[in-house]
Amino acid sequence: MTLIETQSLTKRYTDRVTALDDLTVSVRPGIVGLVGANGAGKSTLIKILLGLLPPTSGQVRVLGLDPTVDSAAVRARVGYMPEHDCLPPDLSAAEFVTHLGRLSGLPRTAARERASEALRHVGLYEERYRQVGGYSTGMKQRVKLAQALVHDPDLLLLDEPTNGLDPAGRDAMLALIARIGAEFGISVVVCSHLLGEVERICDALVAIDGGKLLRSADLTEMTTVTDVLAVEVSEGTDALAARLREQGLGVTVDGRQLLVVLAAADTYDRILTAVADLDLPLHRLDQRRHRVAELFSTREVAHV
Amino acid sequence: MSEAVGAGSVIHDIGYQRYTGPRLGRGYVFGSLYSHALRTAFGLGRSVKAKLFPWFVIGVVVVAAVVFTAVRAQIDQVIVTYVQFADAMSFLTIFFVAVAAPELVSRDLGSGVLPLYFSRPLRRGDYALAKLAALATAVFLLLAGPQLIMFIGAAFDTGDGLSGVWREFTDFAPGVAYAGLWAVMYASVALVIASLTGKRAFAAGGVVAVFLMTAPIVATLSVLPSTTANQLAGLASPATIVQGTGVWLFRDQLMTEGDGGDMDIGGFGWLFGLTVVLLVAACVALLLARYRRVAK
Repeated sequence: MTLIETQSLTKRYTDRVTALDDLTVSVRPGIVGLVGANGAGKSTLIKILLGLLPPTSGQVRVLGLDPTVDSAAVRARVGYMPEHDCLPPDLSAAEFVTHLGRLSGLPRTAARERASEALRHVGLYEERYRQVGGYSTGMKQRVKLAQALVHDPDLLLLDEPTNGLDPAGRDAMLALIARIGAEFGISVVVCSHLLGEVERICDALVAIDGGKLLRSADLTEMTTVTDVLAVEVSEGTDALAARLREQGLGVTVDGRQLLVVLAAADTYDRILTAVADLDLPLHRLDQRRHRVAELFSTREVAHV
Repeated sequence: MSEAVGAGSVIHDIGYQRYTGPRLGRGYVFGSLYSHALRTAFGLGRSVKAKLFPWFVIGVVVVAAVVFTAVRAQIDQVIVTYVQFADAMSFLTIFFVAVAAPELVSRDLGSGVLPLYFSRPLRRGDYALAKLAALATAVFLLLAGPQLIMFIGAAFDTGDGLSGVWREFTDFAPGVAYAGLWAVMYASVALVIASLTGKRAFAAGGVVAVFLMTAPIVATLSVLPSTTANQLAGLASPATIVQGTGVWLFRDQLMTEGDGGDMDIGGFGWLFGLTVVLLVAACVALLLARYRRVAK
């Protein structure tokens, strides 16, 4: 099944402003990163997926449904976390999430139970009875995530979920999203302008720029084979490459550094031994996940 | 994590559970928003500060009703009829809607909560209509509730058994109908004004302005030398439109003095009635149009 499918999707706000330009993309269930600079058209795409905005032209399908026709059916199965502030300050999180659960059609008791469940899953316990106005940014982001989860959607659309969070808060939010995708069995689309952030948790990445598709790639195959070690020595790069190849390691030269496939646990040691044997000044040795950054290292995305 | 949770054992993290229960339809969603909004209008489920004003207003109207009932029981004379009750409370009603309408719609605009509503199956039109219905209900309860107290008080005191109660009821019913008229009119006008801004103070000021600032226009028109202008003066303000319609429909109960009271509408009663219908229809149309577009 395809999670989201668009065909020549175009959205023009006026004759001048084109938010989405002939976007054709297809993604499978899982955690999908939607990456692009601010103003690239991510939020517009999300609103079209929700049926909140009509596209100017082109087709779109979400969970096999057409949001321009069946928008109520789509919205019943989708959870949406907007980018901006969207919480009334003088309600408690428990009450607010319960209310939104009921608006998604959950009976009163079920809404209350699922609201506290959802808040518990995002890490809010006793605080949920306090007024949202007194929450920290991190807690507010969690409430926003909980309200998107309360009605047990099949797809979560998260618009910049890490916005305004400190590094620890970002990690916690990303871990939470990864858990939702892996353990809860809910597909997630994470919008972000930070590639490095979402690539850690995504199964697939879609990069857009200026409303156009830049790249769409599945990361699942890569992640299994692509852990590589980047080795940088101040001199003797070629000699080191030759030595490592002799030992049967997969080596590629990438500018001033070597990328060595992390095949076994002793790869580290073998590289270090080779460097020591050749008596080379080692500049850097670190693990890189794979070549996602290179896949997407187009100027638009990279500079953010 | 599949250990059985026995009695006395700690609660284990049972992990995420998918929801398999029913997902109710449009009517339920509408009802949920309606009841939530009705509670909001009276500050229920909110801070003490939010309860303060609505319950002050409720206190005043209830005390007024109790006093009217007690005086009637003592001196056996009707000082305020059921229908007149709504007129007597018109200022309080204005302030009540001026506070409640912004609570219902301006707050949602101001806190940016609408995307959360409209990304759910709730329809935009239903949002507007549920809020309108809730506000109208709140005003209606505010005006009809005290009348019920007056009715119960009078019914126990008739002295002629069931026929007396029935006679009392025929006085009470038009009062309730008139309260409904006030409720629909005030709620629609106030909600349209409040839906234009996310700032509650502005919204409240706007509502009060529309209801009160139009009164001098009515006053000016009613002292013009033309009788027709005088009789049509009431059409310039929402409150006097309702009063004019009241005079047209319930003349006997509204004008107990015999001199026709202070409102002369001549033969234009039907026009006042029509204006109510048109104005309410226009407000509903504006409200629906407003929420068809609003993004934030």
